[in-house]
Amino acid sequence: MKNLINDLFGKKNRARTISFLMVIFAYILIEVLTKSIRMSRLFTSLLVPTCCYIILGLSLNLVVGFSGELSLGHAGFMAIGAFTAVCVSGLTSSVITNETLRLMLAVFVGGILSGLFGLIISVPVLKLSGDYLAIVTLAFGQIIKSLITNIYLGFDADSMQFSFVTNELNLNNGKMLLSGPMGATDTAKISNFTSGFVLILITLFIIYSLIDSRYGRAIMAARDNRIAAESIGINISRTKTLAFAISAVLAGLAGALYALNYSTLQPAKFDFNTSILVLVYVVFGGLGNINGTIVATTVLYILPELLRFLKDYRMLIYAIVLIVVMEITNSEKMKQFFDKGKNSIFKKGEDA
Amino acid sequence: MSRPVLEVSNLGIDFGGLTAVNNLNLEVNEHEIVGLIGPNGAGKTTVFNMLTKVYEPSRGKILLDGKDIEKMNTVEVNKAGVARTFQNIRLFANLSVIDNVKAGMNNHCVYSVFDTLLHTRKRNDSEKAINEKAEELLKIFNLYENRNITASSLPYGAQRRLEIARALATEPKVLLLDEPAAGMNPQETDELMNTIRFVRDKFNICILLIEHDMSLVMNICERIYVLNYGTLLAKGSPDEIKNDERVIKAYLGD
Repeated sequence: MKNLINDLFGKKNRARTISFLMVIFAYILIEVLTKSIRMSRLFTSLLVPTCCYIILGLSLNLVVGFSGELSLGHAGFMAIGAFTAVCVSGLTSSVITNETLRLMLAVFVGGILSGLFGLIISVPVLKLSGDYLAIVTLAFGQIIKSLITNIYLGFDADSMQFSFVTNELNLNNGKMLLSGPMGATDTAKISNFTSGFVLILITLFIIYSLIDSRYGRAIMAARDNRIAAESIGINISRTKTLAFAISAVLAGLAGALYALNYSTLQPAKFDFNTSILVLVYVVFGGLGNINGTIVATTVLYILPELLRFLKDYRMLIYAIVLIVVMEITNSEKMKQFFDKGKNSIFKKGEDA
Repeated sequence: MSRPVLEVSNLGIDFGGLTAVNNLNLEVNEHEIVGLIGPNGAGKTTVFNMLTKVYEPSRGKILLDGKDIEKMNTVEVNKAGVARTFQNIRLFANLSVIDNVKAGMNNHCVYSVFDTLLHTRKRNDSEKAINEKAEELLKIFNLYENRNITASSLPYGAQRRLEIARALATEPKVLLLDEPAAGMNPQETDELMNTIRFVRDKFNICILLIEHDMSLVMNICERIYVLNYGTLLAKGSPDEIKNDERVIKAYLGD
């Protein structure tokens, strides 16, 4: 246990300490704010989705940033986690009355199932590389969405019924879990901000543990130089599969949490746009930069909501803000400025 | 009589209609430093690429410790005991110096994904052990002070040394060095020679090296093979090679 604490908060990894402190601080701040002052409905409704997108961003960063492969299908994994969680929660609602317990189970099963899909999909996907790999992940994302759009699943006291494409289920006073394009309806909303917070911590823990291990080094070595990595005995496809599968598990967790925050959820929500949106968050925060992902996701997810007062011009302004910030952060002058700032902070730290 | 660790017989490779290497016979004995020299384009690096299975040879046999490596791929060849460096440096540019070396130890610290996620004692002990080993290696190559900076920010000569350290981290029987002194100044080259001899003795390995710096080759190699247009031109001790008419002709022309 002592080792674990040393591992996590030792001096060795400053970025890691910052991540955990940042998330914990944000959580306490928001909890205090919501308890003491009455926050707007809009604000509170954004909390859980923001947590979900942070987890999804971290998950995608593992593949794009650390493993170096562009995935455009992460919304698909999110969808698997989401609808699995809805089913698990719906099926067990009469057995497990404790909502927290049910949420844990649903999220866990959602993550595992998504991870299994990730594992299966990684076999054909990781035979390719670069642009080709990206396009195949995109295709798989679309396939998952289409499949879920056609699933009708329901249960009653005697049986569980499943149908594909046609919606003829003979339920005797039962309940529909998935109804095709309508998705999940009448889901019990059992997600809450605290569970989102805990899941972010778990995600951070998993990612940081992985990076600071032989697996993490292998993943990054394979990214930096494939031939050299093979020459020192690193099995490229195995390490990339591991990164892909763990990333899929995390995306599944995010999806599960997301789904159980709404009473209705349509499969169309998890289309290509969502994948791209998360990719924007990750690139914005910096590839392989975990703290960057957390901050960028939070800002970029909330920004469109804050811009609602602009009405029709909202997405236009959002896009312009994106372009301007990207241009500024990538200009040489700004980079030099930030490097200077960094150096002076470190020097101060050493003097003290 | 010392035992051959690496035996190559009748090795050859064709790229389309072009025969890059043909009929190469070569052996490296236990505890030996052997040079592979030749003019530019003679096929030296191609030989290394065949030995590590980056290229699949078209003909011939490669025996490592008496075992045929025909069915192995690059990863398995490394596990069997062949490590190499590259002519155009191939470090893991974004990893720290010490993580480059630790990556080389990947197959020598065995703990599972679950050990990783649960931070078990097995994982911690294993990490601690390879950390110590990596630091020791970095000290040998004079890189210890820079262990926490990213590999890409090292100066050129240091990057070459780090590549050797990383290759050694895989605990090879044979070390293949592709132009280890390229881009180094004379003083650095001198230090490198001492280091190469030192690691040979310390880790009890044999070394096959490609080099254009003749002072280094003549100084540390016990035997030398000369390659020209993909075939073996001459072999022998440094003195024999120095005075070989054919070698001089190949390098200087008629």
